[in-house]
Formats: sequence, structure tokens, C-alpha cells
Amino acid sequence: MNYTQPVVDTSPKVSDEIRKTTCYMCACRCGINVHMKEGKVAYIEGNRDHPVNKGVLCAKGSAGIMQVNAPSRLRSPLKRVGERGSGEFEEISWDEALEIASSRLAKVRADDPSKLAFFTGRDQSQSFTSFWAQGFGTPNYAAHGGFCSVNMAAAGIYTMGGAFWEFGQPDWDHTKMFMLFGVAEDHDSNPIKMGLGKLKKRGAKVVGVNPIRTGYNAIADEWVGITPGTDGLFITALIHELMKAGKIDLHYLSQYTNAPVLLNSNPDSDSYGLFLRDQDGKPLVIDRNTGQQAAFDKKGIKPDLNGSIRIAGTSHTTVFHKMAETYMSPEHDAANVAERCGIAEETIRRLAAELAHVAFEQEISLPIEWTDFRGEKHSKMIGRPVSFHAMRGISAHANGFQTCRALHILQIILGSVEVPGGFRFKPPYPKSSEIHPKPHYGYAPNKPLDGPHLGFTHGPEDLALKADGTAARIDKAFTWENPMSSHGLMHMVISNAHAGDPYKIDTLFMYMANMSWNSSMNTGGVMKMLTDKDENGDYVIPNIIYSDAYSSEMVAYADLVLPDATYLERHDCISMLDRPICEADAAADAIRWPVIEPDRDVRGFQSVLCDLGARLGLPNFINEDGSQKFADYADYIVNHQRKPGIGPLAGFRGDGTASGRGDVNPDQLDKYIENGGFFVEHINEDASYYKPWNMAYQEWAVGMGLFDAPSPYLFQLYVEPMRKFQLAAEGHGDRQPPEHLRERVRDAMQPLPVWSNSTDENFPIHALTQRPMAMYHSWGTQNAWLRQIHGVNPLYVPTKIWEANGFKEGDWAKVTSPHGEITVPVSHQAALNENTIWTWNAIGKRKGAWALDEKAPEATKGFLLNHLIHELMPAKGDGMRWANSDPITGQAAWFDLKVAIEKVDAPVECEPNIPAQKSPVGKGPKNLTWKVGS
Amino acid sequence: MHPAPSVILFSVLSGLGFGMLAWLGIGKPPVTGMSAFIFFFVAYALSVGGLLSATFHLGNPKNSLKAFSQWQTSWLSREGCCAIAALTVMGIYAAGAIFLETHWALLGAIGSILSIGTVFTTSMIYAQLKTVPRWNHWTTPLLFVALSTFGGALMTGQVTVAMYGFVAVGLIQLVAWLTSDNRFTKRGSTLETATGLGNIGKVRMFEPPHTGTNYLLKEMVYVIGRKHAVKLRVIAMLLMVVIPVLMIAMGAGHDIKAVIAVLSHLVGVFASRWLFFAEAEHVVGLYYGKRG
Amino acid sequence: MTALPPKSDVKLGLVIDLDTCVGCHACVISCKGWNTENYGAPLSDQDAYGENPSGTFLNRVHSYEVQPEQGTAQTIHFPKSCLHCEDAPCVTVCPTGASYKRAEDGIVLVNEDACIGCGLCAWACPYGARELDKAAGVMKKCTLCVDRIYNENLPEEDREPACVRTCPSGARHFGDLGDANSDVSKLVQERGGIDLMPELGTKPVNKYLPPRPKDTGNEIDILAPLLAPIATETSGFLGWLDRTLERI
Repeated sequence: MNYTQPVVDTSPKVSDEIRKTTCYMCACRCGINVHMKEGKVAYIEGNRDHPVNKGVLCAKGSAGIMQVNAPSRLRSPLKRVGERGSGEFEEISWDEALEIASSRLAKVRADDPSKLAFFTGRDQSQSFTSFWAQGFGTPNYAAHGGFCSVNMAAAGIYTMGGAFWEFGQPDWDHTKMFMLFGVAEDHDSNPIKMGLGKLKKRGAKVVGVNPIRTGYNAIADEWVGITPGTDGLFITALIHELMKAGKIDLHYLSQYTNAPVLLNSNPDSDSYGLFLRDQDGKPLVIDRNTGQQAAFDKKGIKPDLNGSIRIAGTSHTTVFHKMAETYMSPEHDAANVAERCGIAEETIRRLAAELAHVAFEQEISLPIEWTDFRGEKHSKMIGRPVSFHAMRGISAHANGFQTCRALHILQIILGSVEVPGGFRFKPPYPKSSEIHPKPHYGYAPNKPLDGPHLGFTHGPEDLALKADGTAARIDKAFTWENPMSSHGLMHMVISNAHAGDPYKIDTLFMYMANMSWNSSMNTGGVMKMLTDKDENGDYVIPNIIYSDAYSSEMVAYADLVLPDATYLERHDCISMLDRPICEADAAADAIRWPVIEPDRDVRGFQSVLCDLGARLGLPNFINEDGSQKFADYADYIVNHQRKPGIGPLAGFRGDGTASGRGDVNPDQLDKYIENGGFFVEHINEDASYYKPWNMAYQEWAVGMGLFDAPSPYLFQLYVEPMRKFQLAAEGHGDRQPPEHLRERVRDAMQPLPVWSNSTDENFPIHALTQRPMAMYHSWGTQNAWLRQIHGVNPLYVPTKIWEANGFKEGDWAKVTSPHGEITVPVSHQAALNENTIWTWNAIGKRKGAWALDEKAPEATKGFLLNHLIHELMPAKGDGMRWANSDPITGQAAWFDLKVAIEKVDAPVECEPNIPAQKSPVGKGPKNLTWKVGS
Repeated sequence: MHPAPSVILFSVLSGLGFGMLAWLGIGKPPVTGMSAFIFFFVAYALSVGGLLSATFHLGNPKNSLKAFSQWQTSWLSREGCCAIAALTVMGIYAAGAIFLETHWALLGAIGSILSIGTVFTTSMIYAQLKTVPRWNHWTTPLLFVALSTFGGALMTGQVTVAMYGFVAVGLIQLVAWLTSDNRFTKRGSTLETATGLGNIGKVRMFEPPHTGTNYLLKEMVYVIGRKHAVKLRVIAMLLMVVIPVLMIAMGAGHDIKAVIAVLSHLVGVFASRWLFFAEAEHVVGLYYGKRG
Repeated sequence: MTALPPKSDVKLGLVIDLDTCVGCHACVISCKGWNTENYGAPLSDQDAYGENPSGTFLNRVHSYEVQPEQGTAQTIHFPKSCLHCEDAPCVTVCPTGASYKRAEDGIVLVNEDACIGCGLCAWACPYGARELDKAAGVMKKCTLCVDRIYNENLPEEDREPACVRTCPSGARHFGDLGDANSDVSKLVQERGGIDLMPELGTKPVNKYLPPRPKDTGNEIDILAPLLAPIATETSGFLGWLDRTLERI
């Protein structure tokens, strides 16, 4: 019998056209191919040529089609007609909306520009939004880094001129042992997944250090289920064990770090703990060749790690001497930290030994010649193939800055940063903290700000304090409460504005920041602050303008809503002035462009700022004749120059062939589109490692416009600026901390990282959140495909607590913190630190938001841990309430949450059960059969 | 397995209808004329009505005619073919009995075989499934055929046959229940074999693939409480077997006892059939941390 | 024709590496996207923004915990789609001939024009690989992207299933498991690839590569000498330092 079968068309037409742009379904910013059929988006896949994702794409990215058709998209500018928070709006025209905004803001600018607080959330255009805020003249601008990443960014930049997150990467092609600490799965996520795939293929060892074994930790060859917040303790124990065994890279430490730099070691000196410097301000070392002091960068010297010198009765010893004193101490012995870390003593020792084994006995060497900043030539590049990566897990603690610093110290003593097999920076990093700007806060009516808002402080003189010592900024960034708060403190803006401390404001202007829900600690409190009225019946925060593309929870709290376009309907630039998408081997940037036109009365927010800036007469947004300078954001992207020849995009400048520096090219965006939406410039092999000290790299970077002159520097194991703040707290200098903060500043600003924490025995259990890989913030829920994967978020409970409470699947628990309580469904997880519970982040939704049915599981069974967290710590004995944040950077300490848990009868819905807000966009359709082609 | 009302209704009613046709085909009772019309009407109403109700289970009934094409491999196709053949043959036979007052014995016998064959093919749809160990056994066709045969006997007034038959049905049902309770375990499919992870250790579901439900869970993962099932088995046995047998033993004829016997049996078979589905565990449930 | 075809030498299928899958669901959604727009009826969603959202997916990622006798539990992400079995029970049960296994490459497909949506093939499948689409009323399943892998309108490098193309960690491999020298066959050989529920005799073509042994860090004896202390306190350490620096 002949076998017959139906005929299938195996070569159907795939699409009419492919438009290549950049994804915005998370912070990863992959290149995407948008397949178009009949002018509509038919299918989205990764762009194989793109430096970030090389063709792959995550669940969120592939679900972009459900984001651009989401029923939650705002349709038109909205003016509030009901009470704040109710969601009652009327649709208005753009003319009316811009007139309302500009008339109010013009008055603020003429009167006191600091009365505008302009904060942006998941903004990918911070160099532009800050440029607008500078033109406006308010000191009150920041993006969301303060509650997201600043500990990691600041610790990395102060220590080694670059950070983890997406600003660097392990040398995936050469590393043999990779340790991953607390990584959030929504940043650099595809590159990390691709990198892990490479390691798995080569059989390199992956160690996951995380209280929770999911995601990347699930495939780790070894899982270290550490107790939350003790990473610093674990890391300093590894440092201790390695130093004690002499398993450290002495050559690397002496050549490339400040370990040999001489410190004033006279406790009575007012320069105690500061560097010994020459007349040019260069830190000094002892040259072992001569035994004499020498500037650190002098050619031919052998900096002595154990040098010392006595000058005018003051002895000076090295940073490394100080490190030995600090880390050789038995308090750091594995035996003394094991229990607190929840890691067996033998495991800590074995991991230290494995690190030593791989770093020093499996050394790799690439036959690449290079020349260092002292002018010395090297015939090869030596590599220590151990690498580390970390993210929010170790940084969102009150000890996060020092924990991140400790991890960098560990990397550096192993000689594994910027070497083959180690951790590598992505341009524009490495870049010393000293060539970053300092904070600026000088404002005056109708004047632009005196410089960029955010930057790096290097001593008390850089703090943003008014003459009377009070905070210049509404979020109290760069004050004694958090002297190195390089990203600002978005999480404090609403509570400070509500309290009128340090001052009252007129307008709160926010972009893509869901502050009345998952982006705030103390969600219920924030909702109240946004709706509170004063004795006159006026809102305490008088005016709120909000821009978002979607009907988020925050929309309901705005007086004026400016609807943004979705990512496929707008221009954007992923700029090296901002958060770049570079790779360790290449500089890269990219654009978004409208691959479809909006079908609603919405405008890209950045284009709206161009219009608003012109209406307000901001000097950087008008021509000399007063007319609007940038027609829209695309116009800005092409024509704006930060410095002559340097613009938002580095590619295709001048006549279309210049990279980095070059004249404005009116056809630049077309060139990008032609090239697949991105630009990439590779780094030569001789510049590929040892970048902070490699002159070939330094010169390449100058050519690309990353900095203006070669700027090599030493890794800062010892951060001298921290010592300067400490000295002030000890009574030196004329800028002094207030008395109630003096002790805290002294304890917190340790120039060599040590670990600290606080405990409350009533709340013995750590509570964490993680972001699922298939969701980004609250955005996934409006996506018909993604919400089916994560529509509810049980509270995961480890075996010990599960059994102690007699839980069964389907049970509910009441979870209590010093600040509040929630009642939520529980589920069992065995591969979990025994004192830790956790849930997926931002699945819980408020009823009425995101165009969902009010009975949606996200609103009835989904929940937030945010209700349990307060932006302030419980009152201490003196009645003072300190911010629930890192005392150095102000980073929100989300992951310090401690709770108690008990079994309760199942309620009808999760508690607290917040009443519904009215949806300004109605509800989505019942069923979907989405096919755009015929 | 989800106890879909359409499928339960279909299999019970058509089973009874084809059982009646099987008896009528061999001339029991040897009715003709009007009384033949009534018997055949009831038998056809049950069998055809059952078949129609089964089409409610189809997602795309417009292609139904194609279902007769794959009789070489598919029990469902065989069932369709067999049913059509049985109904056609018995239709001719019925026409003879009603209009010509003639019994074409050979034709009737063929119709009888085809009728029982239809029930057998129906049962084999379930019995063939290795994925549902509870069904994948000779007791499944035996029980279906026995229920059809002796239910048909009752409906066609063969009360003595029915009485002894029901006792047999009771025994078969008991054997079916008792032997099927641990068949899933005996087959050896576990979450460990389903995932191949058993050599590492004991496997449990951590997170389902989607937090909501899906077709597989709705269709194939039905969880029934054990106590509930035992209670229903007792009820099913009482109604399906014990009460009808007692009624017949007490001399059921053209009276209320006969009505009670028929109704009790019918409700009992529904309960049994409901349990047949509800208690059946599909191996796919393993992937969802559920057996059943 | 729901008889199985004569045995073919070509057995196209997937190899899924459980040691590498991080459970990101990328394959789930790229599959949903491609197959909504391509082969047959779109994969529909019911109550898409409502109380009980559900929809048709041809590939889903489960997550399991495995507790070894000794040591910590492991989390394993487990993608699952049609395994394109050699003895596919879903094919032979089909009454209409809609369900069939291709003679030339072994791909199991549903001809939607012939499907009555009876669901019996889904019952016959042990793996949950088939889902009846509620809107279209026809059975949907993984096509191994038969409309990609031979598609002359796609660049050659893209002629692979959407799930494989998109997988960020490279945990999914596509190829001819009938060819002992193919990359996928070699992977299966090297890593001891396994069948799911072999006891049911379906002979799946798709293979799973088991996770490598985990948490086996017991090499302390080899590693211990590495941690032999050169000093236990600061002064001794600095002395060692001086001596060592002399040598470099």
C-alpha cells in the first residue's frame, strides 16, 4: 500500500518586510526584527547581527506584539476630573494638555525652579531627560537608580571605575570558574543566558550564590544557599582565607591598584588615612628598586606593597598593610561566619581553595603584546580565569555598597578584573570616578542649573547642601544621610514632598514610574501621601503630571496624564552618554524608530519634552530667535551635541563614515536603520584587556570620544573619599555632619569594606522578591501571553518553615513585618535558604489598572511584599527614623525585609485588598485570535 | 479524565440503545407492527440520540464525515462505521418487522452483531489508551458490552436474562474497580519516568508552566476525592445492579417495579460511567504534579 | 492517513539540554508568536484579560524540584512539546486522517482541514503535546516549524524551529536524530540523552540531556594544600609578603 499524506506548503511567505529596531520589553535592549504584514506587526524575533542578543530573544521580547496591541494603552491626554486616585478623567487635546503643563511650570520656573521635582522611572533616555531638567533649572532630577542599582554602580565605579549590572561582563570565552551573586534576571538577561550557555558548553564551573535556587541558580553546578544580607560576610571570609594562604596576585596588586599607595598612619593627624601625594596631587608609593618614594605612575617602578616612610614625624604605610590588618583578623575566619551566612565552614574554605586553584594553577596567557600606562611593554596578556557577576541581590541591602565593594576587593586580589578569563568592562567603562562629574545643584529663577545633577562626591565639599546645611535636593541626595548617593533617591521624593522636608514643592512630574504601586516601599502610605489634603482642602503635593504609555496604577494619581507611545511607535536612542549596550569587545549604540504609527492620540514623551521645553523657553530647547529648537526627539538625537563632535549617537557621524567624534550627519538615523538599527565599533585585540592601564585602549577611547585625554588610573581598594567623610565625622574640617549623624557617618564610611547588619528577633525570617524572567516590572500583566505564565505569585516557603507551620499546598499565611501585614497564598520550595521566604515581584495588581477585569487573579491572588516595607526604619531609642536605605548611597534596602509568618484561614482575596480604580481605557476584549496576515 | 456530560450521555444511552437493537435483531421479543415500531423507536432514539450528543464533544463537527475513513487503524473510526452499519442493517430489519411483519433472521443476526460490535468499538476507544491505565484493560470492553447487552435485555423485557446478566455485570464491575485501582502504579509511570530525572532523586512539581489552566488540565486532569469515589461506587452498584435485580426477583413485569428497575439501572450506569471517567487518571497529570 | 508511514531514515527532532535550560520561557512565547501567525489557525487565548485566562500553547516549560537522597534539592526547568514519536499513538487513533506522521522526516502534523476536534489524539498522547484550540475547534501541536525548516523565503541560518532560534542559553538543538553522525545524535551519545516515559513504547524522537551532577564539591583533599596558611596574623603575613616580593 502506498503511503499518502497531505501536502504542506513548507515555504510560505514569511512577511512583507522586516523592520529592525530595539526591544523595550525590559532593560536588556536587544535588537529585534519586526516582521510586517500589510503594515501590521506580524512577528518579532531577535536580530542575529545585533551585538547584545545575536539573534536570540527572551519571552518578553517575543511577546512584544501583545504589548503594542495591549488594551491598556493610553489613548489621549487626560485631565483629572474626580478625586486623585479614583481614576476619573476626561480626555483632552494635546494643545490643552501642553498649555496646562507649560503655564504651571513657567510660573514654577520663574518663582523657584526647585519646586519642580522631575523624576523618571524605567527611562532609557536619562541623558535627555536630565538635559531637559538642567535647562529647566531644578536641582530635583533623578531616574530610578536610587531604588534599583546605585550600590552596585557606585561601589563599582568608586572601586574600579566600572560596575557589574550591564556595564561589564565575565569573559565568557575564557573563564573556567564563574560565581554568580544575587542576579536579577531582567538586566543584561540575554547576554547572561548566552554566556551561561557558553560556559555549559565548555564545561566551566558555575557557582550560584543565592538564597533561592531558580533561574540561573537552577543550572549552577554548585548552589550556595546563602542567608540574605550576609554576602559581604561570606566574601570577606573568602578574602581572609585567600590572604592567609598567600593566594593573591601580588604583581597585579602592586601594578594596577592602590594597594602600594602610602597612607598617613598617624591617628592624631588631620590627614590620618589620606594618601601621601606629591605636589601634582599624585598618590605616592615606595619603589622597591630604589626604596624611595615615587609617583604611582612613574615608568619602571616596582611599587612596594609593604613600603613605609616617615615624613616629618608622621609614619606612612601602604593600603595593603591596612588590608592585611583588616582582613587577616580572625573575625573573618570561615569558622566565625559560617553560621550567620548559612554556609558550612568547609564549603567556604573549599570555594576559596577552588578560586585559588583556578586563578593561579590554571592561569591562562594570550599571546597579545600590549603597553601599559607607565610605558612598559608586555609580551602577553596573563589571565586568571575566575569571574564574578552580581546584581540587585547583594546591592539592595543597607550594607549593599560595602558588600559590592568587598566583592570587587575579592576580584582584585585574585587579579581577575580586565584580564583574560576574568571580569571585563564594556565601553565607556572603565572610567575612574574622578573623571565623572560631581553633583550640581546651583539654581536660580529662570536660569538653567549650573551643571549635571548627578555625579560622584569626593569629600564633604561636594555635598549638595544649602548654606544653612539643609538639603538642596528634595530627595536629600548627596547629604550626610547618604553622602555618595550618585543616582539620587527617587524612593524618598514623595514622602519628603509630602512631609515638606527639606521643603515643599509645587509639581511632581514623573515618567514611567509606578510609584503608587510596585515601585514604592510602603505602597499604601504612598497612595495616602499622593491624595492627602492640607487644612485648606488642597492636595499636599499640589500638582502631579505623569507620563506613561499604559494604564498603570500611577495614572490614577495624576492631575494631568501625557500618554506616551509604545516602543514600536517612537524614536529613541540607546546612547553611550546614557546606559549603553556596548560589549567588552566593542562600543555600540542603537536606535528605536517608529516601525508602526500610533493609532491613538499619543506622542513619544521625549518629543513632548522638546515641545514643552520650547514653550517654557528653556535655553537649550530654543533657537536664538526663540523658536523651538528640536522639532521632536529624532531631531534632538541627530542634531544635539554635548561637546563639539559628540552627540547622542556615536555611529555614522559627519559624512556617514565617522565613528565617535564627528559632525552632525542629517542622514544619521537612516544610516542606523540601514544598518539594522544599531552601530558597533570593535576594539582592537591589543586593547581588549587591561583597559584601565592599556594605552592602546586609552587612545581608542579618546578617539571614540569616551573621554578627552588618556585617563589611566589605579583600582581603588581603599576609597579615599570615604575616609574624607569619616574624617569630617571625627571632627576634622569645616563642613561637619549634624550631631545625630556623626556616629553613623563614621561607622558607615569605612574606606575598606567591612560587613555590618542589624537584627530584630521578633521578625526572624528574611523575605525577598525576584523578578521572573518572563515579566518586566508590572508590564507583563497587560500582555495576554505573558500573564498566562505568571498570573499569580505564591509565597514560597522553605521546608523548615513549611513543616513548622504545618502548611499544605493551597494554604494561606499572614506575613507580618514591623510595618504591616499581608495575607497571601503559600507554596513549598525545598531549594531555598531555610530562613527565607520569597515571591515573584510585581505580579500583584490593583483592581482596575492595566485594563484587566477586576476579578483578574493578579488583583485577587497576586500580591506585593511592598506593603511590608517602609521607606523609614522603625524609630530608634532617640525617636529618630532613619531611611530604610544604605547610609552611604541611599539605595533602598528592599532586601533587608524581615518578617514573621503564621498559617491562617483562606480569605476570599489577598489582603490588604485595595479598592478598585476606574480604568481610563476600559477593559480588554474577551478572546484573542491574533493573526494579521491572511 | 474530565467526566464530560456529552460523552457520558452518549456512551450510556447509545450502549443501551445498541443493546436493545441486539436483542431485537435476534427476535427477542419477536415484535412486529406497532409494538415493533415502539421498541425500535426507543432503541433508535437511545442509540442515535447518544451518537448526536457525542458530536457536542467535537470541536469542529463540520468534518465529521471524514471520521469514517480511518477504520483500518482508528477505533473511533471503526465505531462510526460500525454504528452506521448497525443502524442501517437494523433499520432494514426494523422496516421488515414493522411494515411487513417479517423477521429476516440472518439480517437481524448481522444487525445484532454489528450493534454489539458498535459498543465494543466504543469501549475499545478507551481500552486502547495506554495513557489511561485504568481503562487499558480487558474489563473495559467486557463491562461496556455486558452493560449494553443486559441493559438491552431489561429494556426489551428479557427480565430473567437481565437479572442474571446484572449479577454478572456487578461482578465484572467489581473486578474492573478492584483490578484498576492500582493499575496506574503497576504500569510504572511516575513523575520520575515522565521527566527522566529519577536517577537524581524524588521529583515534585515546583511551578506549573502557566499559573492558569489549559486544555490538558481541563480535559485530562480531574481529581476526585477518594472518599467521594467510594461512596459513589456503592451508590452506582446499588442502583445499577442491586435494585434492578431485586425488582426483577420480586417479579417485575409491566408494573412500577419494572419502571423502578429501568430507571434505577439507568441512573446507576450513569454513576458508573461518571466514575469511569472521573477516576481515570491520564499519565499527563504526572507532569502537573497530579495523578489524575 | 493515520497509519504510520514506513520507517524513515530521517528523524527530525529536538534535543533539550536540562543542564542548560534556565526556564526563561523564551521558547514558549516565540513558538506562540510564530504559530499564531503561521501554520493553520492562530493559537487563540480565552478570557485574555479576565479572571481565568487560558490559551493554546504548543510548548510549555514546567519547573520541578528534585530531592537527592543526600544534599540539597535541585530546581530543574523542563520544556515540553511534541516529541514526534516513532510509534506515535496520537496518529493511529485519529478517525479522520487529520493526524499524520510525515514519511520524509517523521514530523507529526495535524491537517486542520480534516480535523473534527474529537480530542482523542490528545488522550492518546502521554506527554500533553496536543491542545485543542478553543476558537478554531481543531487540534494544535508542535509542527517542528515545518514552515520554517524548509522555507526558502528564510535565510538558510534561520531554517530551524522558532524555539531553537530564540533560545538564549542554547539549551535547544534541532537536527536529524536518524543520522548517527549528526550534531544532535552526537550530543545524545555524549551526554546520555534519554526518552520520556519509555515504558509506554512511543519511541520519542526528541531526547532530553539530563542535568550534569550538581553540588558535588567534595574535592577538599585535593584543594586543602592550597589553603595552607603562610601566616596567621598580620605581622607574619607582611613578613611573607616581603620575602615573596623579593622573588617577583
